[in-house]
Amino acid sequence: MYRTTLQGALLASSILAGVGSAMAADVTLNIESWRNDDLQIWQEQIIPTFEAKHPGIKVTFSPSAPTEYNAALNAKLDAGSAGDLVACRPFDTSLQLFEKGKLEDLTGLEGMKNFSDVAKSAWTTDDGAKTFCVPMASVIHGFIYNKEAFEKIGAEVPKTVDQFFAVLDKLKEDGTYIPMAMGTKDMWEAATMGYQNIGPTYWKGEEGRKALIAGTQKLTDEPWVEPYRVLAKWKPYLGDGFEAQTYPDSQNLFTLGRAAIYPAGSWEISLFNTAGLKLGAFPPPVVKDGDTCYISDHNDIAMGLNAASPHKEEAKVFLEWVASPEFASIYANALPGFFSLNSTAVDMTDPLAKEFVSWRETCKPTIRSTYQILSRGTPNLENETWTESANVINGTDTPEAAAKKLQDGLDSWYKPAK
Amino acid sequence: MTDLAPEQGEEASRRRPRRWHILVFLAPAVIIYTAVMILPLIETLRQSFFNVVDGEHVFVGFANFATLFGDPRWASDFWNALGNNFVFFLIHMAVQNPIGVALAALLSLPGLRFAAFYRTAFFLPTLLSFVIVGFIWKLILSPIWGVAPWLMDLVGMKSMFGPWLGKPGSALITVSLVSVWQFIGIPMMLIYAALLSIPEEVIEAAEIDGITGWGQFFKIKLPLVLPAIGIISILTFVGNFNAFDLVYTMQGALAGPDKATDILGTFLYRTFFGFQLQLGDQSMGATIATIMFLIILTGVCIYLFGIQRRIRRYQF
Repeated sequence: MYRTTLQGALLASSILAGVGSAMAADVTLNIESWRNDDLQIWQEQIIPTFEAKHPGIKVTFSPSAPTEYNAALNAKLDAGSAGDLVACRPFDTSLQLFEKGKLEDLTGLEGMKNFSDVAKSAWTTDDGAKTFCVPMASVIHGFIYNKEAFEKIGAEVPKTVDQFFAVLDKLKEDGTYIPMAMGTKDMWEAATMGYQNIGPTYWKGEEGRKALIAGTQKLTDEPWVEPYRVLAKWKPYLGDGFEAQTYPDSQNLFTLGRAAIYPAGSWEISLFNTAGLKLGAFPPPVVKDGDTCYISDHNDIAMGLNAASPHKEEAKVFLEWVASPEFASIYANALPGFFSLNSTAVDMTDPLAKEFVSWRETCKPTIRSTYQILSRGTPNLENETWTESANVINGTDTPEAAAKKLQDGLDSWYKPAK
Repeated sequence: MTDLAPEQGEEASRRRPRRWHILVFLAPAVIIYTAVMILPLIETLRQSFFNVVDGEHVFVGFANFATLFGDPRWASDFWNALGNNFVFFLIHMAVQNPIGVALAALLSLPGLRFAAFYRTAFFLPTLLSFVIVGFIWKLILSPIWGVAPWLMDLVGMKSMFGPWLGKPGSALITVSLVSVWQFIGIPMMLIYAALLSIPEEVIEAAEIDGITGWGQFFKIKLPLVLPAIGIISILTFVGNFNAFDLVYTMQGALAGPDKATDILGTFLYRTFFGFQLQLGDQSMGATIATIMFLIILTGVCIYLFGIQRRIRRYQF
């Protein structure tokens, strides 16, 4: 009796030890990302799906704070302690890492053919020869509105700029709701949800953006100053003390149902869905009825391979999967508002996300004007745009003065190829 | 004679062995301080003379400094940050230290009840982390959820309230005052200790001569605690010109609105580590760090050689 127990224990321990060594043989891949909001989705949906198909590869998702991500990643890559897979910011931040040899060239990856050139543009060298990150998602700008607020004042969804301001006037008159939830304290709201949201309509999307890079248009030209004039008109419709209102404040005002319109990025959808409000969305209004509408459909996130990773083969297996339609479908549905860049159409179930993505068919998409090439020097055009957009709304600078400051800053280092 | 000398020397060294224990006891402090303070400092100073030219890390002499002071953009950012830093420092000197001295004087009054409680309460914010202080005050001052507008409404002063952290004119003053609130405990404690160490005899002698109350404070006690006030001033100076955390937690790395709260610390952070799309520039960052080091060094030297030597110390 005693002996059998002992034998049983020995047997059990050897089996356990065997399991242990099998576990140790597994390769663990670490993912660096700034999307700490997505931790749960990665842990509960994305990673288990992958691990079930690929025994022997374990994946851990270890995000850091968005504002610290770039600095932290650079430091980790230099020190050799970065994860095997890294989430790529669009354009120069990642391009610089690639040029320094920190990211592996992924041009040859089989799954790359699932992406269009536009989708890959944010993670491709200037000559278009090499791609170094697998595109994951883009975000679309527009306005999210509270349907109850619109019903209360009997407003229609605005199509033109004049209608937009008419709705805002009505909301202000009614007084139940703060017409628009946006603050200027964090500045990037004013730039990203304000200027980059309504701007493409005036500078005609890609046409203006490319002209700016080519040097044939300047930020002081009418198409670039006009959005600032419109932005300056937003001021009376923002809540009391909007100068000190932060981004979370704006989100809370809107999800608590105290504000009617929210200048948004599609990444807000999953948060706003939890608020239990009836929400709708409309694209940035056009100047005249019937004008072509333009939306900012910005390449936002991709995934690259750390060149110093000891498990490159396994990491490539994971990246192939990230490039697959299966991943695109899981990701787009788990995170409504992050739209897949995969060429295969993804079926989405979220109505608000569907509304956003439907604009791709009627409007012309572009990316944020400051991201490609133009933010390479000092002073940094993107950061300056944050400051100036907030200044324009606060009334610290006139639209013309703001545009001139930006152009002067750009001129000081950027010489467009003639 | 000649044969004797080495023997004598040998004997001397035998009598006075090398005092290894001195080195051993000094070693931990010296090694740690060198590794975490002196080497990084030297490396920073060295890096400010290097820059990346055509992908190569090369010695550029004073070119980085020439850019910082010569390029109109760099220069305007730098002078803006330095100017704000001086305002930040002056507000501390004008508000924190006098209030600290006054609190210490009140606390040291004989017969004050609950003195220990007050002392702890005033000192408590100093023990809190910058992040906590920054967020608490951001919430208190929030025009949407804050208690400040509500409290001011109670006393009928709602119209005086404004989104202070969001206005270029008031943001820096507000942040400075929050920092004053946080650090008021340090001058208070130092002065309090200095006041307590004034011997009873001196006070009694003053009383016999008929000096009491305010006169006693200004004529007897204040001159006796001047050295402590000097130390506080220099601590404030060093602390303020190294400051970064509070502005970063309250106003972000861009130190808005319109760079109104940008001080040298946040300017250095943005330059060195980069921010959002702006990539980090280690060379220019090191250059700014070097200038900050020189500013603080100059300030401390002025204090050490110009002021501290002239302060009269009283021996009891």
